[in-house]
Amino acid sequence: MIMDSSTLRLDAGPVDYILIALYFVFVIGIGLVARRQVSSSVDFFLSGRSLPAWITGLAFISANLGATEIMGMSASGAQIGMATFHYYWIGAIPAMLFLAVVMMPFYYGSGVRSVPEFMNRRFGPAAHLVNAISFAIAQVLIAGINLYLLATIVNTLFGWSIWISTIIAAIIVLSYITLGGLSAAIYNEVLQFFVIVAALLPLTLIAMHKIGGWDGLSHKLHSMNFAHDPMQSWPGQGLTGFGSATLSVIGIVFGLGFVLSFGYWTTNFVEVQRAMVSKNMNSARRAPIIGTFPKMFIPFIIIIPGMAAAGLGAFSGSGTHDYNNALLFLMRDLLPNGLLGVAIAGMLAAFMAGMAANISAFNTVVSYDIWQTYVVKDKDDKYYLEFGRIATVIATIVAIGTSAFASQYNNVMGYLQTLFGFFNAPLFATFILGMFWKKMTPAAGWTGLVAGTVGAVIVGIASQDALGGLSQGWVGLSGQGASFVCAGAAFVVDIIVSVIVTGFTVPKPDSELRGLVKSLTPKEDHAEEAVAHWWLSPVKLAGVSLVLVIILNAVFH
Amino acid sequence: MTADTTTAPRKHTAGIFDVRNIIAVLMGIYGVVLIVMGVVNFSDTDKAKADDINLNLWSGLGMLIFAILMALWAYLRPIVVDEVQLERDKAAAEMERPSTSD
Repeated sequence: MIMDSSTLRLDAGPVDYILIALYFVFVIGIGLVARRQVSSSVDFFLSGRSLPAWITGLAFISANLGATEIMGMSASGAQIGMATFHYYWIGAIPAMLFLAVVMMPFYYGSGVRSVPEFMNRRFGPAAHLVNAISFAIAQVLIAGINLYLLATIVNTLFGWSIWISTIIAAIIVLSYITLGGLSAAIYNEVLQFFVIVAALLPLTLIAMHKIGGWDGLSHKLHSMNFAHDPMQSWPGQGLTGFGSATLSVIGIVFGLGFVLSFGYWTTNFVEVQRAMVSKNMNSARRAPIIGTFPKMFIPFIIIIPGMAAAGLGAFSGSGTHDYNNALLFLMRDLLPNGLLGVAIAGMLAAFMAGMAANISAFNTVVSYDIWQTYVVKDKDDKYYLEFGRIATVIATIVAIGTSAFASQYNNVMGYLQTLFGFFNAPLFATFILGMFWKKMTPAAGWTGLVAGTVGAVIVGIASQDALGGLSQGWVGLSGQGASFVCAGAAFVVDIIVSVIVTGFTVPKPDSELRGLVKSLTPKEDHAEEAVAHWWLSPVKLAGVSLVLVIILNAVFH
Repeated sequence: MTADTTTAPRKHTAGIFDVRNIIAVLMGIYGVVLIVMGVVNFSDTDKAKADDINLNLWSGLGMLIFAILMALWAYLRPIVVDEVQLERDKAAAEMERPSTSD
């Protein structure tokens, strides 16, 4: 079966539109009902401190499965094949286990609720401000990616130009944020996960059936023009773009497996917060570990369809290929009306959830961490709420601009990883160093952050395409390998600069750092409680997860 | 003289706001719609697209079964909302950082 790779249009029927509308009625309905009658039950789910581990684990993985991941991973699957699995088995699971076993007790014990707060207490206002500003910028850039992907769906549904689709999409998201508020956002986050799985599972099964199973897939892909074997995940040169296999393995393990993934999972407080509302430390630690089990298997319904789309001919023919459309091709050509509606609803929900999360994180940081703390202090709540509303609208408008920048990437995964390299990698370096080295000074805190980001940006510009049109190509780095090097550079530069600056400046006294630095925190604060069953022990559960992921890696190498 | 500040706990289940119930209702409706579509509207184009497999019917069945299991789980192991504890938690959180109401 050859897929028509010309103009992509989804043929949605009335039933599909009804299913899509039904989804949003549900989600916005909850938001409205929750506001009209103050519902303690909704409050409980939003802010209660007593949720059991399986619910927080659920919220944890739902918050993580975003639209950018779905489109980006399927795009990478279509472009390079099995090496994409590294994003999960190397680039997520180990970091999630580290977060659960090592970092959670630290966060729980220190009482810190956000990364900017940690920066403030550990390093003082300068580092706090630098972190807040770079976080805000990152959110607007990522919101642009979500908006762009949302616009492509609107475009394939109605055929309007990308510009009009983008503006319509922006208006839709703004209304959703305003009408639904925080309550709708959290329910949407969990609901979209299930709807997406409900749509992707049959999609994957039918695509595999069409292409002739695993052997058929292998046969088809090997007959096509891939630079590196798409059915093998190691040494993953398709992912890194490195000529040398050894460097490729190092790039994946250090750049992706350590810096990017640890950087993401230890500092992404949107996720961490989902786990922190657990009823005790043991539950908080188990939530991410519980999340690793579905996380290990989700790639089978995200990456495999991308590979199948390539195998079924979605990207054959000459001209540039927009790999971001891999799943949309499959939806158009395999799904009947009905299931198509479910799939579209899931996609729209996922993009909206993603963009809403970016915009509201931007809102919170700009209103409270920047404006209230440094610019206009001591006004009443109403002032900051109003300011927040204006910030939301401005952020959405700027996101329209950044979405245009995102549109030049035929695989948004590369762009996203590059952004993580700019913002998460230095943050992680400063965070880890500050957590384990009590002598690190406040000055080193902010200079390390700035130097790390600058280092990553320089590598990005020097590469061939990490920054799209801005990259100059002085160095032969391309694709996602370039983003791994950016991340590695950010990490190393941050550490070096922090160490040097610490030599010339004054650290905070030990008394102020208790609970913020490992060596200054008494063991009792972090002691693991005795448990009744082995699966209630975070360390043992983490061990099981680790063994499973190693087995998966060995079977699918 | 200390006043006794403990009040009798007001507890109830989360009911319809339990996220599992919401998931169950939505997936249940989706499941039923898809099953109906699969039975009534299995067109020739659908057959060609999916090698004669009735995707709507099977997916719909799967979703419905999942919805029933979810609802059963929520019913057998409900989340109990303790209103008094909730008030205390909210007050403690308010003191640490003023919330953005929505």
